[in-house]
Amino acid sequence: MSSAIQNLVNQPYKHGFVTDIETETVPKGLSEDVIRLISKKKNEPEWLLEFRLAAYRHWLTMEEPAWASVSYPRIDFQDIIYFAQPKPKKQLASMDEVDPELRRTFDKLGVPLHEQKLMTGVAVDVIFDSVSVTTTYKAKLAEIGIIFCSFSEAVHEHPELVKQYLGSVVPSGDNFYAALNSAVFTDGSFCFIPKGTKCPMDLSTYFRINTEGSGQFERTLIIAEEGSSVCYLEGCTAPQFDTNQLHAAVVELVALDNADIKYSTVQNWYAGDENGKGGIYNFVTKRGLCKGVNSKISWTQVETGSAITWKYPSCVLLGDNSIGEFYSVALTNHMQQADTGSKMIHLGRNTRSRIISKGISAGRSSNSYRGLVKIGSRATGARNYSQCDSMLIGNSCGANTFPTIDVQNATAQVEHEASTSKIGEDQMFFFAQRGIGSEEAVSMIINGFCKDVFVHLPMEFAVEATKLLGLKLEGSVG
Amino acid sequence: MINKDSRVLLEVRNLRAEVVVDGVRGVEILKGVDLTVRAGEVHAIMGVNGSGKSTFSKVLAGHPEYTVTGGTATFEGRDLLALAAEERARAGLFLAFQYPVEIPGVSNSALLRLAYNTLQNERGLEELDPLEFEDLVLEKIKVVEMDASFLDRSVNEGFSGGEKKRNEILQMAVLEPRLAILDETDSGLDIDALRIVANGVNSLLTADNAVVMVTHYQRLLNYIVPDYVHVMDGGRIVRTGGKELALELEARGYDWVRAAA
Repeated sequence: MSSAIQNLVNQPYKHGFVTDIETETVPKGLSEDVIRLISKKKNEPEWLLEFRLAAYRHWLTMEEPAWASVSYPRIDFQDIIYFAQPKPKKQLASMDEVDPELRRTFDKLGVPLHEQKLMTGVAVDVIFDSVSVTTTYKAKLAEIGIIFCSFSEAVHEHPELVKQYLGSVVPSGDNFYAALNSAVFTDGSFCFIPKGTKCPMDLSTYFRINTEGSGQFERTLIIAEEGSSVCYLEGCTAPQFDTNQLHAAVVELVALDNADIKYSTVQNWYAGDENGKGGIYNFVTKRGLCKGVNSKISWTQVETGSAITWKYPSCVLLGDNSIGEFYSVALTNHMQQADTGSKMIHLGRNTRSRIISKGISAGRSSNSYRGLVKIGSRATGARNYSQCDSMLIGNSCGANTFPTIDVQNATAQVEHEASTSKIGEDQMFFFAQRGIGSEEAVSMIINGFCKDVFVHLPMEFAVEATKLLGLKLEGSVG
Repeated sequence: MINKDSRVLLEVRNLRAEVVVDGVRGVEILKGVDLTVRAGEVHAIMGVNGSGKSTFSKVLAGHPEYTVTGGTATFEGRDLLALAAEERARAGLFLAFQYPVEIPGVSNSALLRLAYNTLQNERGLEELDPLEFEDLVLEKIKVVEMDASFLDRSVNEGFSGGEKKRNEILQMAVLEPRLAILDETDSGLDIDALRIVANGVNSLLTADNAVVMVTHYQRLLNYIVPDYVHVMDGGRIVRTGGKELALELEARGYDWVRAAA
């Protein structure tokens, strides 16, 4: 039976194709010259180049972190292409001028670039390798004052906003990968919701790494002004290469008084093959700052891809009565390693946070939850609830939970619950005895296990996530 | 009810089986079981702990923990042993579990509908959509006197022992099997729950289906009256009688049967 469970988890990665498109890259390796070259190619202002160089110089003094429960050969940071972009035939005047090859790629991935064909009510920014290819619905959003564009564009069009908020949540020297990102980030999405505005549609970014040997270092910055709200979706895929690719993104969210940001991710980077060859190394820093009173930031993530996932979407609850949430499903199979979780830093009074983490491990994978709940001395009346559940499929995988709780205010209430379960022979036999085949049974058990998280995903993402987990586990149960 | 002319549903001959632990074959538990069940009949299998009663029901249902090492089992003319567990279920063999498992996050109604529609497909019939199915299941749930709120709860999660057993009978009511094997369905039930479960089973009995009850106790048989009582010992059925045999066992224990066998 357990071998049949194993067989169910083995579905080939369907986004593993490479687009044959002319790309412009800078030579491999990292130096101040490379950073100057990137900055020049992007025609950046001096202050941004200085930001990059300061981050780079700081990065040189830092050590790659070794505390996560993941192991991989040392990354040679000189063997990575830090900038790759599809060679522009000419300046794009409209969507119709997007390279047809590129357009076919996104059609294949199910991300239509034509605005008229888009899912109703979702604006999409598409990042291919290092640059943003297109942003849809931009004009319509601009009418109500919402800025949604590529990061590079924001640097030129709204420098004062970028300058004010860039690095304000994740300082350039925050950690090794954030420093690297700050030095070499190439593009990403920028989003600004003005005071009192409810964003009328979901905003979405779609990331794709295409060029072999390239890294992707995108930067996302979302600012929600007083009383505004936005729902943001992020999807990721990459082709199938035998070599590992590095992805080190930084996402910063800022919520002012009474603002509400909901950020959802379905991450399906290439995970490597069953023997652990290839796949994305995903070292991402995501952090939201609930700066204003009554503000709220909610992270929902479904992590199914990457050879290595190192990611801790966090909330700094500075404003009184602010709320932070983290809902996560992390699935690992074959040789995948995930070390993921959240940090909730309570600084303001009556701040509340909630962490719901579901880890599913199959194959020979390793899946760890790592979390920090910190209640500062001034955070009177702060409350946290954390629940970390792990599910094991088969006998060769592992799951760990590393919760850290640091309470400096005696009025705080902190609860932590954890459980580990296994898709057992008895559950599978029960389904079989009711006439239900093993694949459907596993899918049902997994979806039941993840239900508390899926209910927080936007509808179309929830459907995608459900399908994705089914595909990822195909062949692993039986 | 006994009718020698009625159709044979299950025919087991000299069935032998071993338990498998971590893929390694081990102890032989069934040592040549014979049993014939015809449509319309109610059978009870009794015996001391370790006599092989529960193993027998699991082997019939195709539990992977056991390997059949000899004998035959035919279900409505088909070679039961050649079928995978889910195929046996779809063919109309139902096992009510002694220890029903919990499936967190999966609602009772979702499970029931998937199981029901799988059977509908098997029989070449139309699947029911959630609304149509709700009508059906609200009718069926009356059989076990359960509140409709049970349908929205996760399968068996947080259910009392009695609720779990009633839930098994609800599944039986929805799936309408040809042959239902009730593996110690009475264990852990208080007298009210026992009555409800028994009434449920009785209401599902027809001339076309049959029930095999595995039980330790005579008291269940006061509610669901068997046509045959079998005593299992050492992996074989060593004595078969009518319902009065159960009363005799209740009064005298098993030793005299075992001594005679």
